[in-house]
Amino acid sequence: MTYIPISPTERDAMLKTVGVKSLDDLFDAVPQKHRFPELDLPPALTEMEAASLLNEMATTNENVREHLISFLGAGAYNHYIPSVVDHILRRGEFYTAYTPYQPEISQGTLQAIFEYQSLMTNLTGMEVSNASHYDGATAAAEAVSLAFAQFRGKRKKIVLSPSLHPQYREVITTYSQGMGLEQAGKDADLEGGADALTSLIDENTALVIVQYPDFFGRIYDYTKLVEAAHAKGALVCIVANPTAMVMLKTPAEMGADVVVGEAQPFGIPLWYGGPYLGFFTTKKSYVHKMAGRLIGETVDNRGQRSYVLTLTAREQHIKRERATSNICSNQGLLALASAVYMSTLGKTGLSQVANLCYQKAHYAASELSKIDGFGLCFSDPFFHEFVLCCPKPASEVNDYLLEHGILGGYDLGKDYPALENHILMAFTEMNSKQEIDTLVEVLKEME
Amino acid sequence: MATIVEPTIFELSSPGRLGVTMPASDVPQTDLPDKNLLRSELPLPELAEVDVVRHYTKLSKFNYSVDDGFYPLGSCTMKYNPKINEDTCRLPGFLYTHPLQPIETVQGNLVLMYELQEWLKEISGFAGVTLQPAAGAHGEFTGVLMMAAYHKSRGDAKRTKMLIPDAAHGTNPASAGMLGFSVVTIPSDERGNVDLKALAAACDDTVVGMMVTNPNTLGMFDEHIEEVIKLVKDCGGLMYGDGANLNALLGIVRPGDLGFDVMHFNLHKTFSVPHGGGGPGSGPVGVSERLLDFLPSPLVDIVEDGDDVMEPLYGFVTPKKSIGRMKAFHGHFGGGLVRAYTYIAMHGPEGLKDISQYAVLNANYLQAKLRGTYTIPYDRICMHEFVAEGRFEGSDIRALDIAKRLMDYKFHPPTNYFPLIVHEALMIEPTETENKDTLDRFADALIKIAEEAKTNPDLLHNAPHTTPFGRMDEVKAARELVLCCWLPENYESLT
Repeated sequence: MTYIPISPTERDAMLKTVGVKSLDDLFDAVPQKHRFPELDLPPALTEMEAASLLNEMATTNENVREHLISFLGAGAYNHYIPSVVDHILRRGEFYTAYTPYQPEISQGTLQAIFEYQSLMTNLTGMEVSNASHYDGATAAAEAVSLAFAQFRGKRKKIVLSPSLHPQYREVITTYSQGMGLEQAGKDADLEGGADALTSLIDENTALVIVQYPDFFGRIYDYTKLVEAAHAKGALVCIVANPTAMVMLKTPAEMGADVVVGEAQPFGIPLWYGGPYLGFFTTKKSYVHKMAGRLIGETVDNRGQRSYVLTLTAREQHIKRERATSNICSNQGLLALASAVYMSTLGKTGLSQVANLCYQKAHYAASELSKIDGFGLCFSDPFFHEFVLCCPKPASEVNDYLLEHGILGGYDLGKDYPALENHILMAFTEMNSKQEIDTLVEVLKEME
Repeated sequence: MATIVEPTIFELSSPGRLGVTMPASDVPQTDLPDKNLLRSELPLPELAEVDVVRHYTKLSKFNYSVDDGFYPLGSCTMKYNPKINEDTCRLPGFLYTHPLQPIETVQGNLVLMYELQEWLKEISGFAGVTLQPAAGAHGEFTGVLMMAAYHKSRGDAKRTKMLIPDAAHGTNPASAGMLGFSVVTIPSDERGNVDLKALAAACDDTVVGMMVTNPNTLGMFDEHIEEVIKLVKDCGGLMYGDGANLNALLGIVRPGDLGFDVMHFNLHKTFSVPHGGGGPGSGPVGVSERLLDFLPSPLVDIVEDGDDVMEPLYGFVTPKKSIGRMKAFHGHFGGGLVRAYTYIAMHGPEGLKDISQYAVLNANYLQAKLRGTYTIPYDRICMHEFVAEGRFEGSDIRALDIAKRLMDYKFHPPTNYFPLIVHEALMIEPTETENKDTLDRFADALIKIAEEAKTNPDLLHNAPHTTPFGRMDEVKAARELVLCCWLPENYESLT
């Protein structure tokens, strides 16, 4: 079926107004030999058939609510999403609107995103938040662009923590191909914590990127590292988990210049990896170098408080090749999702989520390390993820767990050859004690 | 003090008020980390669920949307967003699958992605498609990276020039700029085509390629597109197609057949993924044979062949000379790919052709109705959109005034002041999902506004009048830079 609301009679009347005989006559400018190709696609389905087909495809998957007990995180987390969130997202006024270029008839989106910006600055402690990036990884890559621009391309080095999410490192590498940057830090000591990078920072360093909690779930206070970076004139970007920030010291208190991350844990389903929500916050002094849209408060000509897209001169549609980034569409609707999530849970609900994540992970860590051959890889404080050291390769442990209906965790051997026997495990409020006990029981019986 | 129409979520907060709460912990208590590692305060709002629902419902009513009415934004393809897509993308099997699950447990997702890659290849005539890019501009950046990698792999280091027509979207030069390429602007001729002489003069062995939107932002299908492509290819350049305007071409012509090397799709334009008030979009990229090896990693492919008994196994592969990863995980699966898949499955080959034919009919119909009242600077059969001038002889009325006045007639304005090569541009794209009555009413409103411009220009200068908000002071916003709000200063004592 199609969604075309024009009857054959109306079509003919319209063709007459245009002055052509048939629909095909509208395409004379298209080279004749390539005009009207036969497309080899399956025949059209009705809505009923499409609903059935898609349902069949979806049920072929094993999902983490109905089939599998999941301890898999590594950048995407299974959290409870209050019902309210999707009810608001499903309002056509929000999801079928365009980018709010016409503020008089877009105040809903504009105020909601302004509130999202405010929620993110209050959470991170930073001064400014943009209206979003594609995801945490691209937000981190945009932090590199900001630093590169800040030093007018003269500082040619970035220092990336070895415990930065490996996919974020890959995306930064892809994004920065045109900048001629040297990357340092990948081989730094994994046990060295926050200080392992200090010796790599020099006067040629534009940006240092660390993760908080780091990819292995460890919590570090980066204050000294930030001081050391600032002493060399370099900027520091902290890639932070929003749930953890509810509980932990803010990156702003540590002196970070840019705080970015993945806000998927805040009201966005796992959705097989996307769309998610990259947040980007910084200090006011860098606002002109920041990529992405920004919403500011103003008044209308009736004296009403209102909101508009502002500082658009940084953006591609004005500045073209000299823009801070080429970003245009961002994650508007998902910024709204996270704003509704934060508002609905509020200060109390969010604190409960963070505490549950922490408690479940620590209970699991304590029980798992009692099993012969298993143990925690690191002794540092952690939030809701930790590295479990196993008696055999992680891939074999995960295969064994999957046979028992358990998604074990992230096989670290894929990215860190020295950690072949290590699994990164994540715990959220969704994991009951019973699920954790099942995991422990199943692992006890592993041969 | 400005009047507050709706307080912010922070202003609505009240100390101690509860919304959705979490169950008590069912595991033995562990002490929190050292106090030095904890935050001292959490200045976030406290509301009841009903407060939140009323707040966002009220905000939603300040928005104009496709569900409200006609949204003729040029180059944005604001077509109707089918409701079934909202259901399919929320099926539990899609919502609750983790991007790092073993491939054996997510074959449904992978089959969907594989088939969508194949369908987009068929629709566009390209040899390969990546679904990874998150939006159109992200797709463009992906494409430009592949163009750069292609030349580099051939040891051709002197190519630093990107040719871009003057009618191009701003994202094109911005994408080229992200790789440090210099942009050479190619003018349009009097029929809205790329000026072939100027193009020939710019073509040399320093050309990376050309980024062309076809139909362009004037809504014109380039009458010499094959010559344009030949000129660029003869000097060793690659042809980039900006797929923003693909809604004019489904079943009409395949950019790959014309000789384009790379093109991004905007699933949120052509394939009905809703715009969401500014995203998320989804920007897959198609490439010709010679760019296949450079596609971003990973792609979906059959990793183990099937037989009579076993289905094939779908998984991820990395192209040989891949430019790398564009984002974490696999693209905008749930919000973008599932919706677009549903849409294409429901249209089939004939339905897709209908989309473009009716999109083009609607644009030409509106153009015909407005010709005579508004100047159409490039006046020939247009594709899915056209550009009119929002100004009148001897009047100080501007495109902005017309746009704002349209709101009083309950229409979203067209794109204005773009493309830059038309004075006071009003760029109108009706899409195929509008009926004749709507188009007639819209044309009547524009004709009435042209009359008002003569008889009562202040009505336009001060428009809109009937919307919940009037014109904004944008200078104040940029000067004062109030970019966020907080809980009131005396918040804790409010109880």
